[in-house]
Amino acid sequence: MKPLLEVRGVTMRFGGLVALSDLSFDVTPGHAHGIIGPNGAGKTTAFNVITGIYAPTQGDVLFRGESITGCRPSTIAHRGIARTFQNIRLFRDLTVLDNVRIACDAHARYSWPGAMIQLPSARQAEKETIGRCTDLLEKFGLGNEIHERAGDLPYGSQRRLEIARAMALQPSLLLLDEPAAGMNSAETLNLVEFLGWLRDHFSVTMLLIEHHMQLVMTFCDRITVLDFGKTIAEGTADEVRKNPEVIEAYLGQEDGHE
Amino acid sequence: MDYFAQQAINAIQLGSIYALIALGYSMVYGVLVMINFAHGDVFMVSSFFCFLLLLVLPVPFVVALLLVMLATALLGVCIERLAYRPLRNAPRVSAIITALGCGLVIQNTTLSISPYSQRMPELFTPVTWNFAGLTISSLQILIVGTSVGLMLALDFFIRKTRYGMAMRAIAQDRITVPLMGVPVNQVIAVTFAIGAALGGAAGVLYASAYPVISATMGVLVGWKAFVAAVIGGIGNVRGAVLGAYVLGAVEVFTVTVLPSTYRDLIVYTLLLVILIFKPYGLLGRPAVQKV
Repeated sequence: MKPLLEVRGVTMRFGGLVALSDLSFDVTPGHAHGIIGPNGAGKTTAFNVITGIYAPTQGDVLFRGESITGCRPSTIAHRGIARTFQNIRLFRDLTVLDNVRIACDAHARYSWPGAMIQLPSARQAEKETIGRCTDLLEKFGLGNEIHERAGDLPYGSQRRLEIARAMALQPSLLLLDEPAAGMNSAETLNLVEFLGWLRDHFSVTMLLIEHHMQLVMTFCDRITVLDFGKTIAEGTADEVRKNPEVIEAYLGQEDGHE
Repeated sequence: MDYFAQQAINAIQLGSIYALIALGYSMVYGVLVMINFAHGDVFMVSSFFCFLLLLVLPVPFVVALLLVMLATALLGVCIERLAYRPLRNAPRVSAIITALGCGLVIQNTTLSISPYSQRMPELFTPVTWNFAGLTISSLQILIVGTSVGLMLALDFFIRKTRYGMAMRAIAQDRITVPLMGVPVNQVIAVTFAIGAALGGAAGVLYASAYPVISATMGVLVGWKAFVAAVIGGIGNVRGAVLGAYVLGAVEVFTVTVLPSTYRDLIVYTLLLVILIFKPYGLLGRPAVQKV
């Protein structure tokens, strides 16, 4: 099958620091693809390059066969890539509903003269957007909190809201940056179930960074292992687990039982 | 008592004009964390736009107001596009100096075209009413009514529309907003357009109330409006309005009890005192910086 996302020889330098070095991998549609690697391996940098926050020093990123290298983040979001962050980045002072509306609105047209004089068509569109957002939030179990300030939600709900906000963009590829960060093992188990539901319900392809090995090994169809900005292994959970380089770089570390 | 009430009306009139200008400072600060020091001169130049328009064509007040707001909005967008956007990721100081420079360019361009102050033609002939010992002119009602109307419209725009929502979101996290598919540059341009248009409305109203206009009048009025925005809590739109009315009242009532030379002394002392006790302004909240 033709890959949904192709990362081709991406290098990212910040002055003298090489954060990514000739990184390449493909994400197959429908897959959950994991990126693992020790701290500082370049995982989040890869996300920032894919979503357009950084333009890579070298290399190319293709989405649905078209290059998105150097495109603006808002353009890439429109094409169908959404993401969450390692440290939750909600609009804390906006309501739960407005957080999702912002992303939903990307598909509604930004016509400000219409919005300003409140054309009936704009008002109708606004109403539809709110309806769609409310439905979405209900699916994510946040239906009772839609008018609360996002920053007031408990941690777990904030995580779910961040994913709901990303899904409001109706992406075909969802990038999750450490979704299990700060969760205990019971919560992580729930998360695996939740991610499975997300994948099936929205038929969205996932690319996720995770330190929680059990989650990655059970949930991901394919895994790319990074170390010092380079790919050191790629394959299924079993293949990666047996790869001697991975064991040495990551799993084999005495204190690295993450 | 009558005298007091009369002064209160004057204070509301002055405060309304300050509020319109202060909103421009506060909105731009909200989205870009930058003080648009050219804003006072944008206000000034808008009264010249109005002057030129009336020179060519004696249009009614509403038409003049709308045309001047439109022209000033365009000017605001041009300033943002040409001068500020290229420096968006530059050090904060460069942006501030650029803003000051833009203000000086506008001011001196106006000065080179019109070295002397100009007498504003009357936009309409005010009617005066005597009511319970108070004198109220239709001009005062027009000024306060227009300002309050525009402020309510802005409040609605910011709270209810998707642009307003995007502005609030950008104020909180400029990195994340584009990832939600929101065209940030467009939203920032709209912010500048609205801020400048409100300054333009203030220019028309100010020139109607105090009909002698000069190229340097934006400096003092602009500073006062900036002070009002800071007193209210810069970045906070309702704060800017509150600060402006507080400032207008302080100015007017200072002059009723003290010689008028004390006016600015009291105003700036008030700024210092308020900031000592409320460093983020009356309605401002401490910003949480996170990366």
